[in-house]
Amino acid sequence: MNWVAVISIYRFEMARFFRTLAQSFFSPVLSTSLYFVVFGAAIGSRIQEVDGIAYGAFIVPGLIMLSVITQAISNASFGIYFPKFIGTFSELLSAPVNFLEIVMGYVGAAATKALFIGVVILVTASLFVDLTIAHPFAMLLFLVLTCLSFSLLGFIIGIWAGNFEQLQLVPLLVVTPLVFLGGSFYSISMLPPIWQTITLFNPVVYLISGFRWAFFENADVPVGLSLLAIGGFTAFCLGVIWWIFKTGWRIRA
Amino acid sequence: MAAILSVKDLKKTYAGGFEALKGVTLDIEEGEILALLGPNGAGKTTLISTVCGIVSPSAGSITVGGHDAQVDYRAARSLIGLVPQEIHLEPFETVWNTIRFSRGLFGLRRDDAYLEDVLRKLSLLDKKNSRIMELSGGMKRRVLIAKALSHSPRILFLDEPTAGVDVELRKDMWEVVAQMKADGVTIILTTHYIEEAEAIADRVGVITGGELLLVEDKDSLMARMGQKQLEVQLSTAVDAVPAALSHYSLQLAKDGNALVYSYDTRADRTGITALLNDVAEAGLVLADVQTRQSSLEDIFVGLVKGDQP
Repeated sequence: MNWVAVISIYRFEMARFFRTLAQSFFSPVLSTSLYFVVFGAAIGSRIQEVDGIAYGAFIVPGLIMLSVITQAISNASFGIYFPKFIGTFSELLSAPVNFLEIVMGYVGAAATKALFIGVVILVTASLFVDLTIAHPFAMLLFLVLTCLSFSLLGFIIGIWAGNFEQLQLVPLLVVTPLVFLGGSFYSISMLPPIWQTITLFNPVVYLISGFRWAFFENADVPVGLSLLAIGGFTAFCLGVIWWIFKTGWRIRA
Repeated sequence: MAAILSVKDLKKTYAGGFEALKGVTLDIEEGEILALLGPNGAGKTTLISTVCGIVSPSAGSITVGGHDAQVDYRAARSLIGLVPQEIHLEPFETVWNTIRFSRGLFGLRRDDAYLEDVLRKLSLLDKKNSRIMELSGGMKRRVLIAKALSHSPRILFLDEPTAGVDVELRKDMWEVVAQMKADGVTIILTTHYIEEAEAIADRVGVITGGELLLVEDKDSLMARMGQKQLEVQLSTAVDAVPAALSHYSLQLAKDGNALVYSYDTRADRTGITALLNDVAEAGLVLADVQTRQSSLEDIFVGLVKGDQP
């Protein structure tokens, strides 16, 4: 295992993050505040409680997930697409590193950035609403697993993308709708029965449900199922990435 | 000397069906400078990219320092530094971070003194903290070399190192290459500047259409292939080669002012003395005499056009 290479890739990627730290920090703070103003104050004043939880607090896990998932995908996809775009990717191919080391470096950095933003949002949210976390370790586990798995997905998107438009395509057309319709801002039990069933095909539901359980012990689906879903998704992404490097798909002629 | 890099029957067919390499076999000796000459699309870059792991070979084997490049890729790649043809660098990073990253990728621990020494040799030390985007084209090219040298490779590939570089900088680059050779680095460079190969290479390989036409010691190639021409300038122009000189296979210059005699420098008798005597006897008055040796470029053009080596 070439650990020095893993750390080098990780540091190099994090340097990009630190160069734009102000943007990385203020943008989630601002967007979270806006969400609280709109959803918490405007809508929250009409929906007093959801499953016995104040609406403002209820949306916090979904809000964190929304940003974390989007950030993980965009950081990881851009992180690997940019070297491909400017041509420095060939350096990785000619270095004594294997696919696992490359993935650990890039995905590790993207997940760290997403985690940082998740924590920033959590702290910002706690300034607006009263937050209690029933299971802090489970909360952290769900957060870290989400950061990792969606960074893996972002890595795949970055390898697949042939241009900047494609880079935005999956996050915009697939991920954002899935997250919005995955119970970020409402409980599935609030939907008509037929939509409750359809919603269960949305994988993001399991993530948000599990994450919300860690906060309020209130879940749409059993926690075990949530963990299984995120574990399965992580394994699936890893499998795809292993196949990409084995076949050289989109990376090696 | 032992071969540090051995390529056997290497073939590469791209997905579209294009055969970029049609069975290349090549041994590179430790410490030498080999220049790979070839026109655009000859397969030079594909050959280098395949050895370095950027392109997967379709068939054949590559051994680097005794390590199979496919099976034992870590050991094989650790010995190689690659300076790519295109300037591919992260524009917002500093020179220092860029080369530290390259060293790290090869699994080597931080060594500031060594990296500073590399930058010093490439006259880049004062640009250490500059961002790549602030550098000139020539400096960026040196950063590419610094990246390739950051892990002390024993073999260095230079893919068209002086393409688009001005004459002065090209000479500087040649000095850098000479310095690396003195440090014991084996160098393989591709170029289409024949003068570059002529100036710095020990051996020359000519590649065209995915096939290696020849690999030969530069001096012996020049001597073997090199013809010399003697141009006899006449004080009075003539309409045709005089009959008395017809057995010399002379060519008449366009304006009839000169006779051109080609001869082999390695022949026991070049025939120059006899020719000059006969020219005088034929009643021609010499204005001047000059000789010209064919360059590697002439040899190269002859080879890729299909002349037998």
